[in-house]
Amino acid sequence: MAHGAGGKASRRLVEGLFAPLLFAESSEPLGDAARVNINGTSVAITTDSFVVKPLKFPGGSIGELAVNGTMNDLAVSGARGEAMVVTFILEEGLPLPVLEAEIRAMAAALQRAGIALIGGDTKVVERGKADGMYITTTGIGRPLQHVTIDARSVRAGDKILLSGPIGDHGITILLARGELDLEADLASDTRCILPLIEVLAGEAGPGIRWMRDPTRGGVATTLNELARDCRLGIVLSEEEIPMRNEVRGACELLGLDPLHIANEGQFLAVVAPEYADAALNALHRTEGGEDAVIIGEVQTEPACAVLVTTRYGGSRIADMLVGDPLPRIC
Amino acid sequence: MRYVDEFRDPELITKAADEIHRLADTGRHYRIMEVCGGHTHAIYRFGLKDVLPSNIELIHGPGCPVCVLPMGRIDDGLAVAKNAEVIFAAFGDMMRVPGTHGSPFEHKARGTDVRIVYSPADALQIARKNPDKHVMFFAIGFETTAPSTALTLMRARSEGIRNFSVFCNHVTIVPAIRAILDSPDMRLDAFIGPGHVSTVIGCRPYEWIARNEGKPVVTSGFEPLDLLQSIVMLLRQLRAGEAKVENQYKRVVPWEGNRAALKAMAEVFQLRPYFEWRGLGFISQSALKIRDEYAGWDAEQRFPIPGTRVTDPKAAQCGEVLKGVLKPAQCKLFGNECTPEHPIGALMVSSEGSCAAYYNYEHRKAAAMVTSISSVA
Repeated sequence: MAHGAGGKASRRLVEGLFAPLLFAESSEPLGDAARVNINGTSVAITTDSFVVKPLKFPGGSIGELAVNGTMNDLAVSGARGEAMVVTFILEEGLPLPVLEAEIRAMAAALQRAGIALIGGDTKVVERGKADGMYITTTGIGRPLQHVTIDARSVRAGDKILLSGPIGDHGITILLARGELDLEADLASDTRCILPLIEVLAGEAGPGIRWMRDPTRGGVATTLNELARDCRLGIVLSEEEIPMRNEVRGACELLGLDPLHIANEGQFLAVVAPEYADAALNALHRTEGGEDAVIIGEVQTEPACAVLVTTRYGGSRIADMLVGDPLPRIC
Repeated sequence: MRYVDEFRDPELITKAADEIHRLADTGRHYRIMEVCGGHTHAIYRFGLKDVLPSNIELIHGPGCPVCVLPMGRIDDGLAVAKNAEVIFAAFGDMMRVPGTHGSPFEHKARGTDVRIVYSPADALQIARKNPDKHVMFFAIGFETTAPSTALTLMRARSEGIRNFSVFCNHVTIVPAIRAILDSPDMRLDAFIGPGHVSTVIGCRPYEWIARNEGKPVVTSGFEPLDLLQSIVMLLRQLRAGEAKVENQYKRVVPWEGNRAALKAMAEVFQLRPYFEWRGLGFISQSALKIRDEYAGWDAEQRFPIPGTRVTDPKAAQCGEVLKGVLKPAQCKLFGNECTPEHPIGALMVSSEGSCAAYYNYEHRKAAAMVTSISSVA
């Protein structure tokens, strides 16, 4: 299970097994989407699968995640999603009303995102497999103007921008599973972040070095990947990292690190310092971007690591997630 | 957030840190042990070492119930779990702890029914819902978690739930502290006393440390301000040449402990004559066993237990790190053969383990300091 959690084991699986055998020769770091050149036109392409349990949860459902997740991967790679295809793996016995609800949710999400679904495939597997349903979406997109995403362009002094509060999605799912006797007024933050990315690109495009959405593994895992790819250090200011009280409370109770919790509607951007203010102001003026904040900056040390500092002078390393976040004993 | 924010107030923390700098005698090197693994974790997570003067050394004690569990007991528990009708239930922290043939999670991947529970009551509920299966709760923890295991056993008996048992690995904190003080390698000045264990046993059980050994003890909360305030209180005692037990964690820890919890424990458990602790060897009267009246719910009576004894790999220095003789980074395997992803010992897996805390929060900081110093020089 650890290999799917988004942390160290996942990275090892991809880099150690998949990449050498499957991927074409490339010196570029692995990103959220890939570029392919077709007859002189650069096209972005990405794919993602969704296996969330339960299928429906406060704030969304698997269908919405499937649309937003792929749109967001394209967006943070600097591309506007143009078309999507989908595969459904359905479990035998899945009630039709449940399936219909998901299809409707997807249709609504596609419309909100402004992307067309142009094809797909459906398979049915035996009862006991597929947890109800699994969805995979593949999206292609057109690169945004003025945006080049490359971890190698990141420099010391660059600012780390976070679009909004962390942990909503992961904690919502954890509570929705019903294994914990815990309730909170929380909902998944799933949304299409393309509008915010387009605003950012318009105001600060040349200053954007790198972007990613911190899904499984959370902000810590995503920034650790960046730190390793650019071989620099990332220093965050703990007090600047926004999160709702409910997320903080749940994490404190369970002994979870909010920086390891999945998000489905946020993004991280590394912005050159001279563009940081413009970027932040532009987001604050945009619906959905009001909570954007600078949470830290790139420094030369500690190289390839992420350091979180407090106002009283304490600091700790925030490492990549190992396995799934496990609540503590006592 | 109440009871959290006030104790993380940066101004108050800075004030407490300043007071510590003022109180610490520059000519003296202080060796203070925090017994509890939760405190070790908090110290690293809040970066408290960064605000302490360099002549205060915090030494990590053996208060991590997962870390002190010998590998053989995990093997024994998993041997029972191999039975097709058994569901192995344990706290999340147990899931990655290595047994000889893999951790509980690894056993799960190979088909054993392994489930994470958040309390023993959850395990009992699984038993209620699965009448044709047997749920074995792998119980660990100091006196902090023993009462809830006791209450769950009482409930299982009163409800007549027969498809449930507990594999009991509860241990008690005082013998561990005694073993530390008896150890010739250790020279300690004072103790930061356990926080949550003390909510059950109170502060009285530590009085012999002050009276007989002459070491001050302050039971502490887990927030940064709690720990710093406890260190202030210890330094004040040391300066005055005093040695007594004080309670910093007054908002949670009652001096006399929790009578109801102690009563439940006494009803269900008795002390084992001796028990093996990883790194500390056999300690008498240091662990709990389920009483005969509850034998029907004692996994060690219901199932044949192999009684596996596993010696730690020679190179692993878990014992010395547990006793505080070695710092995690001084173990030869630290960071190489032994990391959180492929741990040799439980100290690298458990969130209360000093090796895990150091690895996750600190050790690359240290490497970075070394790099930056050497690049300046």
